[in-house]
Amino acid sequence: MADPPGAVGRPLPRSGARRLAFGRGTYTDDLRFPGLLHLAFVRSPHAHARIVKINPGPALAAVPGARVFTGADIARVCTPWQGLMDNLPTMVSPPQHAVAVDRAVWQGEPVAAVVAASRAEAEDAAAGVVVEWEPLPAAAVRDRTLDEDAAPVHPELGSNLSYAAAIRAGDAEAALAGAAHVVEGDFSFARHTGVPLEPRAVIADYDPGEGRLTVHGGHQAPWHQQDTLSRHLGIPEHLVRVVTPDIGGGFGIKLHIYGEEIAVSAVSKLLGRPVKYVADRLESFVSDVQARDQRVSARLGVGEDGGIRGLSVDALSSLGAYGSYGRPPINEGMMTITMAGGPYANEHYEGRLRVAFQNKPPSGMYRAVGQPIACAVTEQLLDRAAHAAGIDPVDMRRRNYWTDEACPVRTPGGIGIGRLSLRACLDRLAAMMDYGALRAEQAALRGRGIHRGIGVATFLEMTSIGPERYGPAGARISTQDGATVRLEPSGAVRCVTSVIEIGQGTHSALAQIVADRLGVAPQDVAVVGGDTSLTPHGGGAWASRGLTIGGEAVWRAAQGLRENILELAGSILQADPADLDLAGGAVSDRATGEARIALAEIGRIGHFRHDTLPPGVQPELAVTRHYVPDAVPFALANGVQGSWLEVDPETGEVRLLEHWVVEDCGRIVNPLLVEEQIRGGVVQGIGGALFEECRHDEEGQMLNATFADYLVPMAAEMPDIHVGHVETPLEGTALGTKGAGEAGTVGAPAAVLLAVNDALRPLGAQVDSLPITPESILHALAAGA
Amino acid sequence: MKAPRFSYVRPESLERVLELLAEHGDEARILAGGQSLMPTLNMRLSEPRLLIDINRIDALKGISLEDGTVRVGALARHAELLDSPLVAEHLPLIAAAMPHVAHVAVRNRGTFGGSIALADPAAELPACAVALDAAFVLASLRGRRTVPARSFFHGLYETELAEDELLVEARIPALAAGYRSSFLEFARRHGDFALAGICCHARIDGAVLSDVRLACFGSEDRPRFAGAASAAAEGRAWSGEVKEAVKAALGGDLDPIGNFHASAATRLHLARVLAGRALDRMAAAG
Repeated sequence: MADPPGAVGRPLPRSGARRLAFGRGTYTDDLRFPGLLHLAFVRSPHAHARIVKINPGPALAAVPGARVFTGADIARVCTPWQGLMDNLPTMVSPPQHAVAVDRAVWQGEPVAAVVAASRAEAEDAAAGVVVEWEPLPAAAVRDRTLDEDAAPVHPELGSNLSYAAAIRAGDAEAALAGAAHVVEGDFSFARHTGVPLEPRAVIADYDPGEGRLTVHGGHQAPWHQQDTLSRHLGIPEHLVRVVTPDIGGGFGIKLHIYGEEIAVSAVSKLLGRPVKYVADRLESFVSDVQARDQRVSARLGVGEDGGIRGLSVDALSSLGAYGSYGRPPINEGMMTITMAGGPYANEHYEGRLRVAFQNKPPSGMYRAVGQPIACAVTEQLLDRAAHAAGIDPVDMRRRNYWTDEACPVRTPGGIGIGRLSLRACLDRLAAMMDYGALRAEQAALRGRGIHRGIGVATFLEMTSIGPERYGPAGARISTQDGATVRLEPSGAVRCVTSVIEIGQGTHSALAQIVADRLGVAPQDVAVVGGDTSLTPHGGGAWASRGLTIGGEAVWRAAQGLRENILELAGSILQADPADLDLAGGAVSDRATGEARIALAEIGRIGHFRHDTLPPGVQPELAVTRHYVPDAVPFALANGVQGSWLEVDPETGEVRLLEHWVVEDCGRIVNPLLVEEQIRGGVVQGIGGALFEECRHDEEGQMLNATFADYLVPMAAEMPDIHVGHVETPLEGTALGTKGAGEAGTVGAPAAVLLAVNDALRPLGAQVDSLPITPESILHALAAGA
Repeated sequence: MKAPRFSYVRPESLERVLELLAEHGDEARILAGGQSLMPTLNMRLSEPRLLIDINRIDALKGISLEDGTVRVGALARHAELLDSPLVAEHLPLIAAAMPHVAHVAVRNRGTFGGSIALADPAAELPACAVALDAAFVLASLRGRRTVPARSFFHGLYETELAEDELLVEARIPALAAGYRSSFLEFARRHGDFALAGICCHARIDGAVLSDVRLACFGSEDRPRFAGAASAAAEGRAWSGEVKEAVKAALGGDLDPIGNFHASAATRLHLARVLAGRALDRMAAAG
């Protein structure tokens, strides 16, 4: 059922941004609670060490009234958890305590929680806790963690291997042996993290009177948090409430279960007082989940015609000391081997994955999970193959895409592809870049000693994951979302959603959906969410699912309310509801468009004048609906990115000149929001390509845990990012949307990597490690010269 | 990340500042712009007992020209230097360096004196002062003394300042006739501490360079006057050959310290590239 032209599809500014610009944001740290205590953690200075003894004496002497809780103290009220999946019986992962007991396995792991009247006093006291350590050897060099003589991260497991997997389709080895050109790469992707502007923050308030726990905090999946708190602290789930105030970004970092957050709730339960913990920037670097961290060796074979013959990918993916709880911790690596080669027709594929533990902060999902790696590996090899075969890189892609006739198809990596728009996106991108002219300019500049490069990378973005993946895993995380839409007595509308707003503006888009279903203006719809005790149950903000799943639930709830309003209006007007419509804030005559009764009047009668209604009429002016993706296992978005940059071969500097993205996220509800997501995602992808890296020494000490040394992308270095759209609505849903939150991050590292190597190719150099640094370019040039 | 307890005092006179310094010595820290001090306190890397806030001391403020010397007060903010017509006209090296000093928010509060007294090896202003043969005026209850920039910087965050001394101002020779300056730095991102940086100041007559002063920063534990590289260009007409001589000589001046941002060899390489380019620019500017 198509909506008439309305709010959906319009670039409406989001109301939430206005509120934040007015300084009226309320983040967790802004909340005030009477009797609040502050918590700071004592953290392990060693990447691996036995805790011999913890002496709180000096802390208590320094700050009278402070309380110190060791891991054992916390464990008395909080059971450990284990990051296992029902459908991955061979995966191993040991139990993890909220606060380390006996042994610390990464530098920064909490070993004691200290509570005082202020954060400063809690830090004073934490500094006084004396821990006696017995340092143990650490496994902290990724490429050596699976060596025979590597230090064991968890000795009881017998090995640092958490999981191994292989995917085989056809015969990749034979296909590569018979290919006209075989190209290869030994790629490295550094460990990095998401650095949201607002760090993780939590205030837990256990009320011993009623046995209720209320937690305020910036969490992307509050229901997962609620479930974990209930089961591990032994509090009935209906007495656990998780509220998410304004959240200053997440990127996946706030998706996970952390020992710190759970320990704060445990301490609140022990003390019967509200307790607050806000991670500072230094501890965020050693406690937020870290991601990527892979080494990938890959080979691609093509025929003389440039057609792909076979692909082989071997990935070593590194976890930290633990994987994430409740979500498949191996996903970074699995996405690499399932998505590699995805956009291109191929029969012969081999993907091999080993996932290993290291003595580093735990690993988890971070924007785009593994897909940037799959994309960079695939696209770089395709560029090399194009060069070997003497074919233009853009033409190379056009020749190899899955054709529309071939779809639907299951890729050799196991990804089901329905309808994509690869060619349309590529053609659009080439036009936006003026690709031919750019190549001519590049050649002319090379003659003058100016080395510029062009990278064109195709990406697939797996969004809005449905129940096929999380259900069999036994993950206690919903892939469903829900919404209640209700008509207020004034005729205004409220929408209560399970979609979590983390700064991406989804709530504004939900208002647009409701507005069109009910024939009102978006500003007449208020959207609220972020309270597990009040909104329908849902999944939260992850996998670019807000509009595709949460938006569909909202559409259905608004549709249900629409039907109820028309039915009530029919009783009032003595008309057949089928002859009525909603438009312009009124019930109108479907045939003539003439207004019959204002929504405000429906609201007034429906709420206050039941006495005037015919007997038996029960107004239902609030409707709740849920939606779980049932049409496809996930919504596969696609697109192409282009990068144009200059490399200074004397200094190794990369200057980004221009960036283009053409993406297809299905039907667009609000192009402003989509373009914000694309641009922000591209910037984060460029961060991975050129800047971001969690650097640890061989003992597992993080070397760059400040914003002075962990380089995030800054505005001055960013190119203009031009965004174009192709819309291929997702079939089987009312809205037809696909996710758009990760597309930029999936494709940008590949586009930049390809462009750098395109610039370096005439100089005989190539780089295969991300982030690309001036030094790595200088080394590559020296090796190539 | 909360600072440990400390006492705070905001004196109204320079005399009082010097008294407090004499009394508390190393237990006290001077608070000017606070752009390095406050993070250090919050990260508990330093735990002074007393902060002496000098922001009310007018005698430490301002930028003025007196008899061919530019006086820069210790409290002059980076933003003032950036916007100063005096600096633009008479200290073009510093004018060229200022846009590279951190970001707007830091420049609004950070001070010239703070940068000099902290002596971060990757900071721009100490190296500019070395290249320009600036002199620093240090005051204590014991009296005043003037120290040339080249002997002021002793090492990593270490300077000639005694525990009871305050940096009052810098005296920097204004640009003389026939002289030019050139500044270049290489950082991963704009505003970051440089991996390598170069300050050039010299007299140019036709193409012939004299009184050549090259100073490097971001490579070692302090700003380094590059004597050998400066000498390699002294009295010679700028040419490709001289450029190679300067770059080669720089290897004798510099012994860079590597870290995970760039190795020692990369830093030396970058310093050489920058020196060549900076002198190219300077020679071409006429």
